[in-house]
Amino acid sequence: MGRLRSLLIPGVDKKLLVRDATKLMPDLARRRFIAGGASFGALTLLTGCDVSDSFSADQMLAKVSKFNDAVQAAIFNPNALAPTFPESAITKPFPFNAYYELDDAPEVDGKTWKLEVSGLVDNKKSWTLEELYKLPQVKQVTRHICVEGWSAIGSWTGTPLRDFLKLVGADTRAKYCWFQCADSEGYNSPLDMRTALHPQTQMTFKFADEILPRAYGFPMKIRVPTKLGFKNPKYVISMEVTNDYKGGYWEDQGYNSFSGS
Amino acid sequence: MSSLAAGDERTVPAPAKIIQPAWVRTVHWINAFAMILMIMSGWQIYNASPLFDFRFSHAITLGGWLGGALLWHFAAMWLLMVNGLVYLALGLATGRFRKKLLPITPSGVISDVKAALTFKLAHDDLTKYNYVQKLLYAGIIVVGIVIVLSGLSIWKPVQLQWLTALFGGYDVARYVHFICMSAIVAFLIVHVALAALVPKSLRAMIIGR
Repeated sequence: MGRLRSLLIPGVDKKLLVRDATKLMPDLARRRFIAGGASFGALTLLTGCDVSDSFSADQMLAKVSKFNDAVQAAIFNPNALAPTFPESAITKPFPFNAYYELDDAPEVDGKTWKLEVSGLVDNKKSWTLEELYKLPQVKQVTRHICVEGWSAIGSWTGTPLRDFLKLVGADTRAKYCWFQCADSEGYNSPLDMRTALHPQTQMTFKFADEILPRAYGFPMKIRVPTKLGFKNPKYVISMEVTNDYKGGYWEDQGYNSFSGS
Repeated sequence: MSSLAAGDERTVPAPAKIIQPAWVRTVHWINAFAMILMIMSGWQIYNASPLFDFRFSHAITLGGWLGGALLWHFAAMWLLMVNGLVYLALGLATGRFRKKLLPITPSGVISDVKAALTFKLAHDDLTKYNYVQKLLYAGIIVVGIVIVLSGLSIWKPVQLQWLTALFGGYDVARYVHFICMSAIVAFLIVHVALAALVPKSLRAMIIGR
């Protein structure tokens, strides 16, 4: 274990990485991540730098990733819409993708579920599914792009997040909407406010005109067509409007935090 | 490397003919370093969602896992792009591209390819490129531009959607990006093999003469 620890990416979050990787190890990529300690790249470029504390490749990479957050925020055009597609272009079947198998996906009881709203908002009341379903909804057919590289076109219907933020009196000068999910691992993800206010960013209740199935995040997903897939949280249970960067499930493991498309 | 070479120039009095000026050597080796980082991390990224029925061996990839590879890829891209822009700007401004790479005539290429295949292509004067070299060096510059543009179109398919559309959409752009990588790797194999066969060309790219 000690050896593994020294081989893992130091600057990112060692404890979290070790914990997640050893506890979950759900997919090949992450198992290879552990094995990656022995790879040429990791040996020469990661651990090589780890030996001397004066310079760490991982610290440098983390800094560049922060710089890339800033660059992406700067080129993010709040009025640029993600391309939309005809229904005929929808990918069937739409892939299920998560860090767990479908059988292990959260099972949320829609009758007892409530969306908690907290942070910099006027009205902190929790919302039942029934109440949320009454809000005006719009449909979008957009491309979902996974951080892994694949993409799929899907149809999502729900309430624009910016309408909901207005409804609850959110302070839209705050930096983030931070979403927490029902996963046992506590999936979460921060969404920068400008993206949260993008017209296509949506609280999604339906996929392909049907109530959002468990595979795609029942009862509510946040669909963000201007972000990579992992920034589209599923099984959402709470939203906090905040100025603090509270990290995210994948963000903490090294995925670029802005990850805009 | 180039700073060492520049130092050599000052200490050695003999005014030998400079084959590769210092700026060419500098951008060449920075490009080589950035390109290798991009290719190795790119292979790791590819492995997360392969386009074809194979994956790259973990022994030749960089980053350890997808997240690590992405960090490398999106860091080295700045080095590659800035260095590439400097190269293009200086290549155009100094007239090097025009002098070294042009003209490329079909008949010249054909006769030099024939000579190369029969091992009759001479490398006596390293300051002058033969037509095969001209074609490959000009071609790899174009490939370098296309791989950067296709990469940007994959990275920003919403903000740069006009560029993504130019490549025929997000999914096609991934293939274009991969094919350009393949062309660069193929070039690299020939390029390194020939540099090993004609060591004075490698020497010129290190110390200039």
